[in-house]
Amino acid sequence: MKRAVRVFVPVALMAAAIGLMAIESSAAPAGEGPAPAPASAASAPGRAPESAGRRLFVQGCSSCHGFEAEGVKGSGPSLVGVGEEAADFYLRTGRMPLDRPGEEPIRGPSPYEPAQVRALVAYVGNLGGPPVPAVHPEDGDLAEGQKLFTENCAGCHQIVGRGGILPGAVVPDLGAADARDVAEAIHVGPYVMPSFNHLSKSEVDDLAAYVEYAHDPEDKGGWGIGHIGPIPEGMVAWLLAGVALLFTIRLIGERTPR
Amino acid sequence: MTPGGVFARVVAILGGLAGLRRRRERQQGELHRISGLAGGEFDAVRSEDEGAPRKNGPARLDEYVPPPELDETSDPRSELIVALLLIAAAVAFAGFVVFYVVSEDTQLLGLCIGLGLVLAGTASALAGKRVVIQEKTTDEYEDYGDREEQIEVEDHLVEAKVGVTRRKLLFSSLAAVGAALGAAAVVPLASLGPRVGEEVYETPWSAGKKVVDETGGPITLDTLSPGEFTTGFPAGESKEEIGSALVLVRLETDELELPADRAGSAPGGYVAYSKICTHAGCAVSLFRYPTFDETQPGPALVCPCHYSTFNPADGGKVLFGPAGRPLPQLPLRAGADGSLEAAGGFYEPIGPSYGGIREGPQESPL
Repeated sequence: MKRAVRVFVPVALMAAAIGLMAIESSAAPAGEGPAPAPASAASAPGRAPESAGRRLFVQGCSSCHGFEAEGVKGSGPSLVGVGEEAADFYLRTGRMPLDRPGEEPIRGPSPYEPAQVRALVAYVGNLGGPPVPAVHPEDGDLAEGQKLFTENCAGCHQIVGRGGILPGAVVPDLGAADARDVAEAIHVGPYVMPSFNHLSKSEVDDLAAYVEYAHDPEDKGGWGIGHIGPIPEGMVAWLLAGVALLFTIRLIGERTPR
Repeated sequence: MTPGGVFARVVAILGGLAGLRRRRERQQGELHRISGLAGGEFDAVRSEDEGAPRKNGPARLDEYVPPPELDETSDPRSELIVALLLIAAAVAFAGFVVFYVVSEDTQLLGLCIGLGLVLAGTASALAGKRVVIQEKTTDEYEDYGDREEQIEVEDHLVEAKVGVTRRKLLFSSLAAVGAALGAAAVVPLASLGPRVGEEVYETPWSAGKKVVDETGGPITLDTLSPGEFTTGFPAGESKEEIGSALVLVRLETDELELPADRAGSAPGGYVAYSKICTHAGCAVSLFRYPTFDETQPGPALVCPCHYSTFNPADGGKVLFGPAGRPLPQLPLRAGADGSLEAAGGFYEPIGPSYGGIREGPQESPL
């Protein structure tokens, strides 16, 4: 018991230290975003009083997307016309802001409060573009959703949405994606994902229903083994078969007692 | 005791029971023989040896007959089982040949081969345990002319004769297994078929063939917006043909970098490629399209099997991965109603690469 404590305490301390460092490093670049607006940025001469969203945008987004969201060559695209849909997707899932331009946006904790996200989304929405889509997974047909998912999404996201890799990109796990994320991503086509605007509204509902189901799919016929596909499944099968083979070898090779 | 030990014990007990019964039968037989002989020359020999006449031969001789010691070498029941297992294995292998000819079900083929191997393996394991002599005995030399030894020799001769017959059965069944397994190994050579020849150039696509989606609905210039992709098929043709499935991508027209001789093949930025990867023939089902091409990887079609990556903007050129040649492109044109149709056959042979076709551009005869 004492020995366990002796080992555990330094390990726990080290883990805590590493955790703190990780939190600090990930928070540092983003920390500028939600900080209170410095007076200089807030008041350009001859401008109307700025909305909260505008202020946040100038602080947190403009270095890559430009002061008027017109985009910066080599850093970030124009946000004029992308609409609330894209802004909501990237900000609410914590994909934006990025640490540096060019890296892949990945889901994570957002440095913004929900109210700040709403303000930013409203600001980008005012520049034009589609609104946040309405999605009703409860109206979706699960079977149809699986079919559509197989045809359109499973190539990259894997059949139960556990993600994977692609040359040049990590394909995200959809385990944390809710129906709204799904609908937005289908239209926006984030990062190198193509958009699928040819899918109808009801097809998007079907897909959202399937993705929500796939968070915890029913494992008929055996273990899910992490739902990560045939390679681990094959490995498990081989390990089991290996035990059976060893057992058989022992049976064959054993001396018959006389 | 381990489960293996239990199994071995059970086998040993079964074998022992069989041995016991056989031993008893033979002992009785020997007694008869000896009783019959005892009154004759044997008795005379013995009488000379011992120097005293003995009239109570049979009763006395009983004491001299030792229980046979070397009788564990053959176990007819096990031999029969081994022979039956071998015959069953031969039947299973022969079943492979039969199913190969009459059925297209590869699962039946696998079942036959698997069953045959399991049966043959069981037979050899059992043979190793119960049929082949596994005991070493040492025997002191005794004087020739010893009556007991003569009886034993005679006994061995009888036993050996029986053994030869059984061995014949065993060897014939083993030969049957060998022949059937050999046939099962050779017959699939029939699947090697003729050379591919012109087949790879013959696809359902020709000038004017409409492109439809998986439900048969038309695909028009409005179906996709730039940056989207879908799967296309030839109208009214089988989707199962290797040359049927297309991966259809719409790019911005200014993104296209097609070779000069393919300039007219992409109406509205639509480009069509065979969905069959030129590496190993998987379906090219992954597409990446950047939101912001200045900082993100460019458009690419990716095969999920080995990550061969092709550039849809540049005639399917290989960007990455094991594919040795571009994804074959199908020239498109827009019909009068805006629906997409083929403007000819594929520029290159479709399908996975095979001997001699991997390197260099290929000229299509179409």
